[in-house]
Amino acid sequence: MERRVNAVPHETESAAQDARPIYVLTDVSKVFPKRNVHALDHINLTLREGSFSSVIGASGCGKSTLLKIMAGLQPPSEGSVMLDGRPVLGTRDDIGMMFQQATLFPWRTVIENVVLPIEIRDGKAAARAAHDQARELLGMAGLSKFAGAYPNELSGGMAQRAAICRMLVSKPSVLLLDEPFSALDELTRDFMNMELQRICMERNATVFLVTHSIPEAVILSDVVYVMSPRPGRFVEEVVVNLPRPRTLDMITTPRFGALVDRIRGHLEMGVLE
Amino acid sequence: MTHVSPADEGVHIAASSGAVSTVWVEEGSWFDRVPRSVAMAAIFVLGVGLWQLVVVTGIVSPIILPSPVETAEQIWFVGHNLLTGGYMLTSLWITMKEVFYGFVLAIVLGFTLGVIVGETAFGERALMPYLVAFDTMPKVAFAPLFIAWLGFGIESKVALATYIATFPIIVGTAAGLHAADENARMLFKTLGASRWQTLVKMKLPTGMPHFFTGLKIGSVGVMAGAITAEFLGGGKGFGELIRIASTNLHTARVFSLIIYLSLVGMLIFMAVVWAQKRFVFWQKSSAVMEH
Repeated sequence: MERRVNAVPHETESAAQDARPIYVLTDVSKVFPKRNVHALDHINLTLREGSFSSVIGASGCGKSTLLKIMAGLQPPSEGSVMLDGRPVLGTRDDIGMMFQQATLFPWRTVIENVVLPIEIRDGKAAARAAHDQARELLGMAGLSKFAGAYPNELSGGMAQRAAICRMLVSKPSVLLLDEPFSALDELTRDFMNMELQRICMERNATVFLVTHSIPEAVILSDVVYVMSPRPGRFVEEVVVNLPRPRTLDMITTPRFGALVDRIRGHLEMGVLE
Repeated sequence: MTHVSPADEGVHIAASSGAVSTVWVEEGSWFDRVPRSVAMAAIFVLGVGLWQLVVVTGIVSPIILPSPVETAEQIWFVGHNLLTGGYMLTSLWITMKEVFYGFVLAIVLGFTLGVIVGETAFGERALMPYLVAFDTMPKVAFAPLFIAWLGFGIESKVALATYIATFPIIVGTAAGLHAADENARMLFKTLGASRWQTLVKMKLPTGMPHFFTGLKIGSVGVMAGAITAEFLGGGKGFGELIRIASTNLHTARVFSLIIYLSLVGMLIFMAVVWAQKRFVFWQKSSAVMEH
């Protein structure tokens, strides 16, 4: 990490700063020898409980690789990943993940899609028992009426909300989000971001978001990590000291603009190098 | 404004004349708007008319090409025999049994091998080359062998029908297992799903449309296999009736028997389409062979 910039004077030091570290990455590197790509170079990262962090960077900078390593989908070439005091060696129950596509299965109703994680972990009976809880989640996401519907009856935004419910049903302590709303139109996306914030605040969830939208990163995050490609590493850590809950009005404030400018500057430097 | 869009023009006309509507209906060619039933009837009439014309002019001997009327008479005759439970019904029943057993065996074999090929590296790398080799062999040439091994009963016919129909089902099943996208695989991995769970809850349902495409292709081949084996290996099925009629130069009878076989073939195909609509309800499908 080259610099640490508090773009906004400390007025309310985020409570998350004092919370206990839950995700700790130490010197994580990833090399793909076959393609001769140095995807990640000595990444150090600490996520505190209840914090919302984003990583932002150009396509191919290694941010998705980082997320996969954190999720236990890929092993790192070097370094260690610790979650809640235990090393991540493969996928874990306490991690919830979401992708750009909702990936709902068309042969299952919405509620059957939502309880899928329970069905896989504990079997069909447990999944049936979880229907009440799933209904509650769907209610929270404004999808009560669609519990028995099939996914092809849902719009893109509704499908992503159902995917959020599926991610939350197994009560993960950490959420890893890989550009979850980038396939949605901008109005829906703003709305979904506010929903996401509400859900995360309610549950005090620890969230790590991969995105290529600077405003999205700023409006949601406590900390934004700017990543540069080849080899992928963090070049900047921007603390966002906007008060919570964040609202869409904040996008037009000078503080918000300053943060966006700062991040954009670093991204452009990375591109020009 | 220098550019005048069609809409602007329309408004202008409406304003000046006060009567012309700006709402216009896009009209396709009349040819594309003919109702399906009328179009199908027209094709039928045209085909039979041409056929009759060829016969009337006497270019072709009636032994080679019987007239439509003669053929219609035979269709009536065969139909009557079938409906009254004549010997032809017994033959049709035998052929249908061969087709049914052949298809069921092909589905079981094709699905099992397809899962092995689509799911395991062993199957894909080591088994598939052998399967391809078997498929590229001229299958009809195996008919005498099947008869030598299994006798003149329906077993040898079932064997050839199965042989012809299995490969498309293997390919359909295996292709289906590869159809799941990266996100679905990653999702199942993050959920900690076992290989079996991933196969049963995700890959197989995702691959259903491909599996049914294989079934449709197989359903066409299974009839060809049964009839071919009957030609070459006797028995008492419909193929034997065709062979006898053909030997007697009774071409109109051959025509009518073939038409009844094609009806049975269509029934099997429709059954597969129906099953697909039932089991792959989330996919909009049509009777045409498409994914």
